[in-house]
Amino acid sequence: MSLSSGHLLGIANLDAEEIVRILDTAETFAEISTREIKKVPTLRGRTVVNFFVEPSTRTRSSFELAEKRLSADSLNFSASSSSFSKGESLLDTARTLEAMAPDFIVMRHSQPGAPHFLARHGQASIINAGDGPHEHPTQALLDAYTIRQHKGKIDGLRVAIVGDVRHSRVALSNIHLLTKLGATVVACSPPTMLPRGLETLGCEVTHRPDEALEGADVVMGLRVQLERMTSGFFPSLREYARLYGINRERLRRAKSDAIVMHPGPMNRGVEIAGDVADGERSVILEQVTNGVAVRMAVLYLLAGERDKAA
Amino acid sequence: MKQLLLKNGRVIDPANGIDGQADVLLEKGKVQKVGARISPGGADVIDCKGLLVCPGFIDMHVHLREPGQEWKETIETGTRCAAHSGFTAVACMPNTTPVNDSRSVTELIVNAARERGMVRVHPIGAVSKGQKGEELAEMSDMVDAGAVAFSDDGHPVRSSLLMRKALEYSQIFGVPVIDHCEDRELVDGGVMNEGDVSTRLGLKGWPSVAEDILVQRDILLAEYTGGHVHIAHMSTGKAAEFVRRAKKQKVKVTCEVTPHHFALTDEAVGEFDTDAKMNPPLRSEADRKALIKAIADGTIDAIATDHAPHHPDEKCVEFACAPFGIIGLETAIPLSIDLLVHAGVISWDRLVELFTVNPARILGIEAGTLTPGVAADVTVIDPDREFVVDKSTTESKSVNTPFHGWKLRGCSVLTIVGGRIVHNRDE
Repeated sequence: MSLSSGHLLGIANLDAEEIVRILDTAETFAEISTREIKKVPTLRGRTVVNFFVEPSTRTRSSFELAEKRLSADSLNFSASSSSFSKGESLLDTARTLEAMAPDFIVMRHSQPGAPHFLARHGQASIINAGDGPHEHPTQALLDAYTIRQHKGKIDGLRVAIVGDVRHSRVALSNIHLLTKLGATVVACSPPTMLPRGLETLGCEVTHRPDEALEGADVVMGLRVQLERMTSGFFPSLREYARLYGINRERLRRAKSDAIVMHPGPMNRGVEIAGDVADGERSVILEQVTNGVAVRMAVLYLLAGERDKAA
Repeated sequence: MKQLLLKNGRVIDPANGIDGQADVLLEKGKVQKVGARISPGGADVIDCKGLLVCPGFIDMHVHLREPGQEWKETIETGTRCAAHSGFTAVACMPNTTPVNDSRSVTELIVNAARERGMVRVHPIGAVSKGQKGEELAEMSDMVDAGAVAFSDDGHPVRSSLLMRKALEYSQIFGVPVIDHCEDRELVDGGVMNEGDVSTRLGLKGWPSVAEDILVQRDILLAEYTGGHVHIAHMSTGKAAEFVRRAKKQKVKVTCEVTPHHFALTDEAVGEFDTDAKMNPPLRSEADRKALIKAIADGTIDAIATDHAPHHPDEKCVEFACAPFGIIGLETAIPLSIDLLVHAGVISWDRLVELFTVNPARILGIEAGTLTPGVAADVTVIDPDREFVVDKSTTESKSVNTPFHGWKLRGCSVLTIVGGRIVHNRDE
């Protein structure tokens, strides 16, 4: 299932060419956000439902901005305000949404596969805005966009992803995307947080952060997702920060021009030291800015696929 | 009841060492005679040329859902499904509502099966009261009412102490304790096999080692106590190796495997298909191959389905929210014939043994043979007839199968219970 399916469910479903097409399209949309009037009529008359069944601030705001800048009508449907919290099944909620005939549903959900489920049971184009620890494709796309902006390419780069890989949809989508575009990805976690068989995705796997950072062009920190933890994967945050936190000392192993990324929200002083997050190598806020352009590109391209299918 | 003469079939009766052309005469609900050129007399004659005439197939692990979960299945629909699938007897797990942990529930099942059942139903009682794993249920009462084995089924006996007691106490009755081997702490909420597929899908993994640990524990306890432990739906290569070794040391351990575990791997989950979600989960290709090997070398005693009907509404949810289990009666025999016999893994004789005399011996029931004098339970198989899995025509109340659309070669054509034809595929 690729973009031509009319959905963006995960990076796993895309090929390199489609990924590059999205990134190239995002470049043309980035300019709109620098204009005085930040709006184009591209998606006028189209309806987007932002269906967020898990808390999110930045992803949802970023999607909303992208939708507004493309002149789409958007509607927010969140867990706390919906009948979802009253025990309605996802299928019934999906049918209810579907009955309002939206063109797009942007979905955030705690369960892997929930967007796939929606895609199977309706006509709208589904954009996965994060499904549990599975995928977060637009995050990986905006990360790739940011890397390309700074490094001019992705092919041949060494990217270290350090942190809670086990519970990270960002890690999984990034591993898919960056390896498809020819980067060497090194995933680094404490052994308790390394999912089994991760290397079959084509990345290197280590539990030694120094090894991961050695010669890296990009260092990506991952949030320690405390809310997903059912049991202690490490003894204390203090010990975690000491062993795996990205700090100045550790960063010396990376290339001198390496950039530092983080999908946010950050636990300062845990997975990333405050001075690194705020330092000259950090591109964390650029990631946020780029998110809007990338999401505009995704909406635009999927709208095109819908028109083709219609 | 009229006499029934099954003529010119290839009779396969592993318990009696029979595999060859013969006629089988059924009379007054019993097997009367097996031999060459039996004269029909007044019997109805069924020509079984080109067909295999076998003792009635037994599925020693099903969930009939009655009492208490009748929207999924009932004793009536479940046994009708069994009859249509070629089974003459099933053993049903105790995880009903209420749990089958007392004489009254066992009797209710036995009576309902007598009134509405199409095939024989052998209840399996709970090991512990309420399947809570705390204290032993009243086994003697349940045995008197017809229970053939004990199991806490989906609630594995967590306490090694209780498992020890169950393996000791069950010896009074000479019945096995059937264990669903799952170390719940290690599984920690896992929903599919832990490995590269679960990692790719972001789904929580159910590691094979959580099964292996309990299988080995149960073997050690069986050896220590002299009790008989039966491992339900074994799904890993390691567990099969443990059982293989234990059998060499004469430990009283037996085991079953399901068709889905030898037919599929975790790749079948695809993009979150809840019809490929069961417990234990579909495992790796290495495990699948190891199970096939264990079927071939005799380590595995029985094929059982773990037929677990769930309503479509219950399965049509997010993967992690869906209940574990698939229906299995209708696909069991065709899958086994196609993937084991036609694929050259085992002989017909071994297949019949896995479905008849072995489960009968494990459960201590007088069945699974064509010995004259035993109940006339017979399954007739067409080795080459095409069977297309179609959930729209299933006799089960539920349709949760990952095999929809599969084309298989070989299936049952006639099911006879107590000398009466309960299913004829051509009618």
